[in-house]
Amino acid sequence: MMDGSKGFEDALTGEQKIRNFNINFGPQHPAAHGVLRLVLELDGEIVERCDPHIGLLHRGTEKLMESRTYLQNLPYFDRLDYVAPMNQEHAWCLAIEKLTGVEVPRRASLIRVLYSEIGRVLNHLLNVTTQAMDVGALTPPLWGFEEREKLMIFYERACGARLHAAYFRPGGVHQDLPDALLDDIEQWAHEFPAVLADIDGLLTENRIFKQRNADIGVVTEDDILEYGFSGVMVRGSGLAWDLRRSQPYECYDEFDFQIPVGKNGDCYDRYLVRMEEMRQSVSIIKQAIAKLREATGDVLARGKITPPSRTDMKTSMESLIHHFKLYTEGFHVPAGEVYCAVEAPKGEFGVYLVADGSNKPYRAKIRAPGFLHLQAMDHISRGHQLADVAAIIGTMDVVFGEIDR
Amino acid sequence: MSEALNELGAYIEAKRPNCVLSWDVSHGELNVDVTPNNIVGLVEFLKNDATCRFSSLVDITAVDYTGRAKRFDVVYHFLSMYQNQRIRLRVSVREDAMVPSITSVHPSADWFEREVFDMFGILFSGHPDLRRILTDYGFRGYPLRKDFPTTGYTEVRYDEAQKRVVYEPVSLVQEYRQFDFMSPWEGAEYILPGDDKVAPDGHVSKDAK
Repeated sequence: MMDGSKGFEDALTGEQKIRNFNINFGPQHPAAHGVLRLVLELDGEIVERCDPHIGLLHRGTEKLMESRTYLQNLPYFDRLDYVAPMNQEHAWCLAIEKLTGVEVPRRASLIRVLYSEIGRVLNHLLNVTTQAMDVGALTPPLWGFEEREKLMIFYERACGARLHAAYFRPGGVHQDLPDALLDDIEQWAHEFPAVLADIDGLLTENRIFKQRNADIGVVTEDDILEYGFSGVMVRGSGLAWDLRRSQPYECYDEFDFQIPVGKNGDCYDRYLVRMEEMRQSVSIIKQAIAKLREATGDVLARGKITPPSRTDMKTSMESLIHHFKLYTEGFHVPAGEVYCAVEAPKGEFGVYLVADGSNKPYRAKIRAPGFLHLQAMDHISRGHQLADVAAIIGTMDVVFGEIDR
Repeated sequence: MSEALNELGAYIEAKRPNCVLSWDVSHGELNVDVTPNNIVGLVEFLKNDATCRFSSLVDITAVDYTGRAKRFDVVYHFLSMYQNQRIRLRVSVREDAMVPSITSVHPSADWFEREVFDMFGILFSGHPDLRRILTDYGFRGYPLRKDFPTTGYTEVRYDEAQKRVVYEPVSLVQEYRQFDFMSPWEGAEYILPGDDKVAPDGHVSKDAK
């Protein structure tokens, strides 16, 4: 249609020649979920080509990590996917523990599961509700953020920070949870399904929401393999692939939960999968709390890579020296290379760590799920309307902290 | 777990003896060293073979080993959702060598190879669109190489007079702090001032005084 032959019978003039129109979507656009710049080639309202320009939030995390100790690198992981910070830390801790061969105490393991699932709810609440806002609904984010606020207070009560937690540490978690906090999280887990049902009632059968999402951005099994999707992008298309189930890490194998899958692989199915995953997460949270009430004990595997207890530090000279050395020099990780992945809310979040035996990583590569999902933007959005681009970006669940690194 | 990986490693070596240089299983992960010229063929084999079915590309990255003749390791991670197994392929390349692109087998390699090019300057032959991806428009140098300083060479600031963003050479108010944490008792490779007269066996020679 480049030649302007769009039903014009008369002679072509300069004005009548219709050419494709290039627009910049972002970097400042409320529906771009951050600093995404899409160069869209449009034929009328139809997207012909989509070229995402990323890197506007590139902070050189991997370069910075090479000149810092393993423990100093941990907080960088909060700043990757800042919607669910602790899930990222988890991958880093698992990689270090795999290389050093440290066993995490049971209570710490349960706390990690508990907070990973809180992170999943945090992420899905933000994603589902803001995606609804992208397609025209204003109420869901207001309701969802109220719950996110409560969850962030649980983050704060565990580690002192609402967002950048630095709570999971190699060898366990930083501090033990008080019993009152467990009671409050359990109380929340009983109340939350009602809020979820409210959001569900607002969106699931909403005519506008369905019209904007059903049959939009369909992902097939071939797309999944060709573009390396993971997480909800896979499960929305009917493949029951979840690392928590298929390659269990931490103590996920002793929890009872279902893996929701979609049927059509469109935006609407991915929405439904996310809603159901939140319900499953709430169930895991309840189970984890029940187990935590019984599993008392230490939350750090005391040894070379973890600090001594405060009592030890005040009474034993060796512990004091160890504490000082740990927080200045840091611990040494034996040489080797590992890849550790966790099922982060957005998909498979992995860390490839090359250690050379010193106190700093020789190379750390962060494998972010959103990077691959956004890469497929051209493939998925091609032939859709311009307005659908916002719906597709929303449902891909991109966060630029992790994509740009 | 590692028994199955040992079997898989032996199977791949038997099927593709000219591609595989060596393989090992460490930390419960299968590593295979591959020659650069055979990488596309091997990746295609891994994708389509019924025993392997490494259908998903998980990651491509590189590691810079300065001081080695083949300076870079390009590292590929694959996942099989059907067989539930992972594999890591390593390709050692010289600084001036090109690596064949695997975008024809895995379209998802596109951005990964762009990123490796952007960060390490490794060229991929046959890549459809090898542009920089994460760094700034017009950026020079390859940041993740070990000889690239963490501070970089240029910094940007908004110039009030010119009403635009200007690029300037980096000026540090204080020197970038790189602490040396190596314990002189545990394998530091340098000699502290004053210790230079001590022989390797710890014996102080008489004429040193």
